[in-house]
Amino acid sequence: MNEANAAVVCRQIVVEAPIGRAFAVFTERFGDFKPPEHNLLGADITETVFEPHVGGHIYDRAVDGSECRWARVLAFEPPHRVVFSWDISPYWQIESNPDHTSEVEVRFVAESPQRTRLELEHRNIDRHGPGWEGVREGVGDDQGWPLYLVRYAHLFTEDR
Amino acid sequence: MVTYDERDEDGWGALGDGTRRAILLSLAERAQAVVELAAQLPISRPAVSQHLKVLKDAGLVTGRAAGNRRVYQLNAAGLTALRDQLDTFWNRTMAGYHEVVEAEEAENA
Repeated sequence: MNEANAAVVCRQIVVEAPIGRAFAVFTERFGDFKPPEHNLLGADITETVFEPHVGGHIYDRAVDGSECRWARVLAFEPPHRVVFSWDISPYWQIESNPDHTSEVEVRFVAESPQRTRLELEHRNIDRHGPGWEGVREGVGDDQGWPLYLVRYAHLFTEDR
Repeated sequence: MVTYDERDEDGWGALGDGTRRAILLSLAERAQAVVELAAQLPISRPAVSQHLKVLKDAGLVTGRAAGNRRVYQLNAAGLTALRDQLDTFWNRTMAGYHEVVEAEEAENA
């Protein structure tokens, strides 16, 4: 697999529902179908909120009341399109630098009045590696990923 | 309720554990054997081995024989590993979405 392919995840799914319903379920009930282990909080999630406007967030709320905002809503165009950032680092922690986040675009296409195709593209995954660009040439050998992690290690040290 | 062990099996939860992140950070500095990792962490060698197995299954580290021991290092194909995690995430999310949207349609029909 080459690097360009590795930086994108694409999915398509067809559901037997009108486009408006398909969009509403995706944005209003995200927490009902997201895998439960997708959780950066220290306690079980009670609710996932998808704020329906640009500048809003997707956030999880746990049983202990803590919250985790793990995505920023970048486009909200019902019933056709929604785009949000993916602010979760490969270390499974919130990434606060937007330059090091990827993004997810979801498009809804009416195939018939009762059938909708959802096209999902999670792109720019390579942005999660700060300095990744600098080691692009060496990705095939030991230079790529180890360097990337060393840089992460330094970020954590600086935070302390 | 998903148990901790079940979470680990698919590799998706591999990075959700602080000890495993500590192991990765240490391996980012240099390749090491279990005994060296155990010396830096407040856990036993068997526990380190368990965590390494999870990381290996998730595609994040690789092991190679060096004399009579095994040395572990970060997997150079890390971007692919991250992509694979997201792949798994979206597969499961889309399957769940399909279920929810069609169940809702059936109720409204």
